[in-house]
Amino acid sequence: MSKVSEDIALNTGSDTNSAKVKAATVWLDGCSGCHMSFLDMDERIVELLEKIDLLYSPLVDHKEFPDMVDVTLVEGAVSSHEDLEKIRKVRAHTKILVSLGDCAITANVPSMRNPFGVEAIMKHAYIDTAVTKDVIPNEVVPELFEYSRPVHNFVKVDLFLQGCPPPADAIHFLLTELLEGRMPDLTKVSRLGK
Amino acid sequence: MVTTGKKVKTFIIDGKDVSGTEDQTVIEVCRENNIEIPTLCHLEGLAEVGACRLCLVEIKGSNKLLPACVTKVHEGMEVITASEGLKKYRIKILELFFSERNHICSVCVSNGICELQNLAQRLGMTHVHYPYLFPKFDVDASHERFVLDNNRCILCTRCVRVCDEIEGAHTWDIMGRGIESMVITDLNKPWGESESCTSCGKCVAVCPTGALVEKYKNAVDKSFMYKKDKLKFLPYLTTMREVKNEQS
Amino acid sequence: MIIEELIEYAQKLHLREKTGKHEVKVCSAAGCLSLKSEAVADELRKKIAELGIEEEVSVKPVGCLGLCSKGPLVTIDSGNRVYQNVKPEDANLIIEKAKTDPQSETDKFFTRQQKIVLENSGQVDPEKIHDYILRDGYKALHDVLEMTPQEVIDEVTISGLRGRGGAGYPTGLKWNTVAKTGNIKKYVICNADEGDPGAFMDRSLLEGDPHRVLEGMAIAAYAVGADEGYVYCRAEYPLAIKRLKNAVKQAERAGVLGKNIFGTTFSFTVDLRIGAGAFVCGEETALIASIEGKRGQPRPRPPYPAEVGLWGSPTLINNVETYGNIAPILRNGGEWYAAIGTEKSKGTKVFALAGKIVNTGLIEIPMGISLREVIYDIGGGIPDGKKFKAVQTGGPSGGCIPEQFLDKPVDYESLSELGSIMGSGGMIIMDETSCMVDVAKYFLDFTKDESCGKCVPCRVGTVQLYNILDRITKGTGTMEDLDELDDLCDLVKNTSLCGLGQAAPNPVLSTIQYFRDEYIAHIVDKKCPAGVCKFHTHAETGKSEVII
Repeated sequence: MSKVSEDIALNTGSDTNSAKVKAATVWLDGCSGCHMSFLDMDERIVELLEKIDLLYSPLVDHKEFPDMVDVTLVEGAVSSHEDLEKIRKVRAHTKILVSLGDCAITANVPSMRNPFGVEAIMKHAYIDTAVTKDVIPNEVVPELFEYSRPVHNFVKVDLFLQGCPPPADAIHFLLTELLEGRMPDLTKVSRLGK
Repeated sequence: MVTTGKKVKTFIIDGKDVSGTEDQTVIEVCRENNIEIPTLCHLEGLAEVGACRLCLVEIKGSNKLLPACVTKVHEGMEVITASEGLKKYRIKILELFFSERNHICSVCVSNGICELQNLAQRLGMTHVHYPYLFPKFDVDASHERFVLDNNRCILCTRCVRVCDEIEGAHTWDIMGRGIESMVITDLNKPWGESESCTSCGKCVAVCPTGALVEKYKNAVDKSFMYKKDKLKFLPYLTTMREVKNEQS
Repeated sequence: MIIEELIEYAQKLHLREKTGKHEVKVCSAAGCLSLKSEAVADELRKKIAELGIEEEVSVKPVGCLGLCSKGPLVTIDSGNRVYQNVKPEDANLIIEKAKTDPQSETDKFFTRQQKIVLENSGQVDPEKIHDYILRDGYKALHDVLEMTPQEVIDEVTISGLRGRGGAGYPTGLKWNTVAKTGNIKKYVICNADEGDPGAFMDRSLLEGDPHRVLEGMAIAAYAVGADEGYVYCRAEYPLAIKRLKNAVKQAERAGVLGKNIFGTTFSFTVDLRIGAGAFVCGEETALIASIEGKRGQPRPRPPYPAEVGLWGSPTLINNVETYGNIAPILRNGGEWYAAIGTEKSKGTKVFALAGKIVNTGLIEIPMGISLREVIYDIGGGIPDGKKFKAVQTGGPSGGCIPEQFLDKPVDYESLSELGSIMGSGGMIIMDETSCMVDVAKYFLDFTKDESCGKCVPCRVGTVQLYNILDRITKGTGTMEDLDELDDLCDLVKNTSLCGLGQAAPNPVLSTIQYFRDEYIAHIVDKKCPAGVCKFHTHAETGKSEVII
């Protein structure tokens, strides 16, 4: 199923037990629901953390993306330069990049603005429906691309876990399979929109 | 001696010996033998169009892939329904469908019962590698009971055919060509103002995606239509068709 | 009626007109008409009247004389010499030449050609049936009616004629299939929905010699057992439609169409159907749907129209040029025709030369002569001292053939081996100023607009192909895009429903095959070797980088 060659698959089954697998999660244009689903693994997270070091994530406090991680789960679509720069950096420092959830895979909900155009969307969000001051921000909020697009349109993605959000069980399956050194077939455990 | 007047052909599908009558298509015989062939435009009881290209099969001796839905069986033919090449083509065809319009499963009323979505999972489509085209289509909610959302239409023309062949209203048709093709009611009048529509709902019942849905209702699981043992919608279509054929 | 009566009828009509000893033939096909050849004819008539030499010289409008780029064209009598770029003020000179000058043509454009289909084009007045009859017109039909239908089909089979619409299906075999469907209602259709950009063979034949096509259809109808025929002509050809309508009317009046033709039991009527501007309606099943009044969309084959065609009846559908070959084949015998051309491609083929070539125009050549002869001898080579780059045959379904294959013969098999097709006869010549990526993009732009939208590989696949090519021509393509082009072409080619989609990737595949360097120059060096594609730097677009 996977296009990834064996040599980059995680291999923790052997005598490298001493070193934990380095993992990260990133959040681009999405609702954080995929991260919530990640947390829905509940106590299984504790088990996983025996084998995984979560080095970078909205859920932990590191500010800089580490030099090299074994696996990164990315939530959300690429909708701005900020997203693009972030995901390029992540890709450069990640062995296995996993698109986590429909926004990363299809641009999903963020893409619903695409047919209308950025201008119309900004006007609707910041002027037509404004409660306090009706100005389109030009600082802090990153400038939007014409289209929100899936992550794999910009960088190579190794695995795709569909779902909005992907069920916690599916995320657990993904991680445990990777820990076993396998590239799992994820279409069996989730699907678009699930 | 009783005879149906139809000749029986024996042939091979995926290495399995099967038989069918001369007027049967490959897909009919496949389904009788529980050999799964993906389709989106085929629906038993409606005329075939061979448009979705998902049911393409290999037939030994032919250098072209042939759609199982319109290919008649013949003696001694050898059909291959799921070679590696076919599987790859099918996934790419599905990807083209997804890239064409705004299929956003998570916000779709048909999420979970959509034939396009189900096929994507069944055939193992991990993602759509073609760039999405993100066209803009308006939603027609002018009908009091139904909604048309062209953003979710795959142009299978089941609605066009069921309305024409079974209901006899021919409210639906296709307008435009190429990537700009879209289903319309009457002469592209809002559905609610259609003079030919009988509001029978057959189009909604046969729509494989969320393009045609009933208002204020969760979409109905239509998988019963494709199961032999649940005699609901399918026999109705078939019966109507037989009556029509006898009359003509 | 016997043939002598028909000739007598024609002679009567002929005598009713005042014709002189010498005929000055002025091209009145669409190309020359647009260059105001009508004014030339008027001036000639005026001058002849002034001089009072009507008995010596008369003016006759004729069909295409071939060298369209140098119109208006005028020829005298049997057309040994073609005068080019004629203006109304040249009238005196032309009249003088008509009286005195029997020069013969030496230009290779004319001498290297061999005219069978176009033998009357430029000779007969397309609006007068008697002109056609007096050049052996409808004689073949007359003789055919004394043969059995099978004998007629056999003669066509012996001739080795293959469909001139592009695919090259053996015509005799097709006729046989329709004939064998038994004694039931059948139709004959003439496909005149010529839609390839740059192609005008069928138009010229219909404009220049419409009766030739009607005679071919009538012979076909007799051979296969049909009694009704349709010409499906694209609406963009108003002159062809006008002349066809006129020809049908005249043929009915002369008794060579309609009920009991030549006093036999054979009846055949022809009606016209006008297209609505869809390229896909040149595909036979879409064409039939369009005649039936339905949306012009193809359906899967089999069943082929030969079995299930117009209104469910067996239908013979051939291209204009194919029908144009029928009367000479029956007149001279299949063996005669089979002696022309190559082993597998018999006879002649009409081509429309266009693009970067000196002699733009309509030509007819024996099959098997080389592309080089066509382009350099007949076509006169590339203008302005530019270098030849590629020749495109077969329109949007064909491919681009580079210099190294110019010595290949023009026949069905050779062109198809080169990744192109014979096609209906469009031949577009490109010089060094053409960018091959841009050419591929142009054709994909055409096919994506002309896709009917029925099947998804063609409907969406052509758009995705176009978008990739568009990116490459704008300098934002990647090497992965090049692989994707290959992959997507394979998908569209193998899974599309009809010939339009199945052949749509050909321009891309052939340019990648022969001009891969140009693609790479666009992608890697961000340069268009021909200087056609303009790349905008990031500074110009005002964006830090281009996003798909």
